[in-house]
Amino acid sequence: MLPRVARVRRRRRDGPQVWTLDIETGETDTATLPGQFNMLTAFGIGEVPISLSGLGESSAASQRLLHTVRAVGPVSAALARLGPGDALGLRGPFGVGWPMAAAAGRDVVIVAGGLGLAPLRPALHHLLADRGRYGNVTLLYGTRSPDDILFRRELEAWRRRLDIDIEVTVDHARSGWHGHVGVVTTLVAHASFDPQNAIALVCGPEVMMRFTINALRDAGLTDDTIYLSVERNMKCAVGLCGHCQYGPTLVCRDGPVMRYDRVRGLLALKEI
Amino acid sequence: MALSRQSVLTVDGLDALIGKLRERGYRVIGPSVRDHAIVYDDIGDVADLPRGWTDEQDAGQYRLRRRDDDALFGYVVGPQSWKKYLHPPHVALWRARRTGKDVRIEPAPEPTERLALLGVRSCELHAIAIQDRVLLSGAHVDPGYRARREAAFIVAVNCGVTGGTCFCVSMRTGPKVDAGADIALTEIVTAGERVFVLETGSDKGAALLADLPHRWASAAEIAEAKAVVARAAAAMGRDLAADDVPELLLRNLEHPRWDDVAQRCLTCGNCTMVCPTCFCTTVEDTSSLDGTETARTQRWDSCFTMDFSYIHGGSVRTSSRSRYRQWMTHKLATWHQQFGTSGCVGCGRCITWCPVGIDITEEVRAIRAGSRAEGDRHGD
Repeated sequence: MLPRVARVRRRRRDGPQVWTLDIETGETDTATLPGQFNMLTAFGIGEVPISLSGLGESSAASQRLLHTVRAVGPVSAALARLGPGDALGLRGPFGVGWPMAAAAGRDVVIVAGGLGLAPLRPALHHLLADRGRYGNVTLLYGTRSPDDILFRRELEAWRRRLDIDIEVTVDHARSGWHGHVGVVTTLVAHASFDPQNAIALVCGPEVMMRFTINALRDAGLTDDTIYLSVERNMKCAVGLCGHCQYGPTLVCRDGPVMRYDRVRGLLALKEI
Repeated sequence: MALSRQSVLTVDGLDALIGKLRERGYRVIGPSVRDHAIVYDDIGDVADLPRGWTDEQDAGQYRLRRRDDDALFGYVVGPQSWKKYLHPPHVALWRARRTGKDVRIEPAPEPTERLALLGVRSCELHAIAIQDRVLLSGAHVDPGYRARREAAFIVAVNCGVTGGTCFCVSMRTGPKVDAGADIALTEIVTAGERVFVLETGSDKGAALLADLPHRWASAAEIAEAKAVVARAAAAMGRDLAADDVPELLLRNLEHPRWDDVAQRCLTCGNCTMVCPTCFCTTVEDTSSLDGTETARTQRWDSCFTMDFSYIHGGSVRTSSRSRYRQWMTHKLATWHQQFGTSGCVGCGRCITWCPVGIDITEEVRAIRAGSRAEGDRHGD
């Protein structure tokens, strides 16, 4: 439960009220997996779980981890205000990440909604760093408006590659937007993957994930090939405080990434 | 509990037991009358015990009443449980001090106090064992709980009376102490004298007994001790037939009874505070006015609050229906999947201390009455 003191090296704006902190952890050997999260403390304010959104330029002296924060509450707002050199508390990494090993040899469909792209970004880095191991890679990304698109320059760079399909859609836009308009689920039917040999990674608001899963099943994916990242209140992150219960699971211990067939009944229930 | 040869302590012998524990550096905690209830508090000698008192309990009701004898343990359980001491309501975790851009974190010292818990009932031993499962058996353990737990000396007492809300027999958690105590006592009257038939359950317990004035128990005394507990078991009025309950509840997550109980439940959280197994905690950060010092404290939390399930944008469980369902399905069903045990020991506290008298055994019966068919789990 004791955080270590970490330091912000850089801070980059990634959208309205969204900031990516490049944090020097003060450690050198902590392995992280795509989809895991850390508990970040703004001293004097509080602690929140934040997914890893990438790896920074680690040195021999210290590891660097990226966290993308939307300033929505007192703690996340305080974290988003931190600048280079500022101290913060860090515990982690925690949780079960994306099934990168299970994805090998298969088509990979990644569906992200809003800030849900952040925890998927390390998975994309992982896929692209070892591109030959996987089949078709598709990213379907939906946001509210063109201004909310995260990691825009990186998405544009990826789009120039010929070995990844990227489609972006927004809920509403002005006339300057020439891309898709509509919810992200509408993109699933046009994506290019072999449902017999594909795996889907989904992260976004719960309602978006529910509809996305329906679309993926309609496209022929079976329930045991769909993975989602579940969000619940977290305090301890080590399975002791009871906050992140999701039916029989503890999200910090058994998730946040869970296979759909294991939480199918829960996702259909309200207020669970 | 591996039974030792049984001995007999007089009331003076019990006083000596308390004294010897204190001599050995234990802080002795036991039952005491305060604010018209039997609570767990510091015990100096037998005079601090609730001599001649009993408790009358029913759904939403608790009253102390004078007994017509001088029994020291002639009550059942009060509003508090031993988690108050082993898993305390407030625990300091760390402090941080900031000097310029430099921050130093100091962990709170681990507890060094050695507790002797006197008067622990069988259901409460099972509750402690459940908290051990939750807080000590996973990949991460609660270090403060471990320190307090490992240092603790437990003197259990077999129940000679049954409370109005008890259902330990149906949960197979009592009333006879079967494991987890260093010493177990049964209060009986023999030849007109009030005495305690004593068994030891550990080397620590046996070593303490060797320092106490005692004699071997007679066959009649052993038989009477057994009969006392058997009478308590036979008198139990409530039951929660437990074996199929996990499956029953998980099959009925949309049962209309959840709406019914939501009409009565005040979401006050009393049941979670008095429950001897409810373990949920949250953390609070406080800081000095100038912001240079910060401290993090862990404190008990309750799944009946809105904050408990808050994620940005709002709480997951806003209705009282969903919060009662979360509490009860966790306690009786999903606890099994999470920790390999039920979260209920049948102590009846949640029934007694519910201000509107909601009875968990009654709610299970109502769900059973209008249950969906087996194999028809919701959402599958």
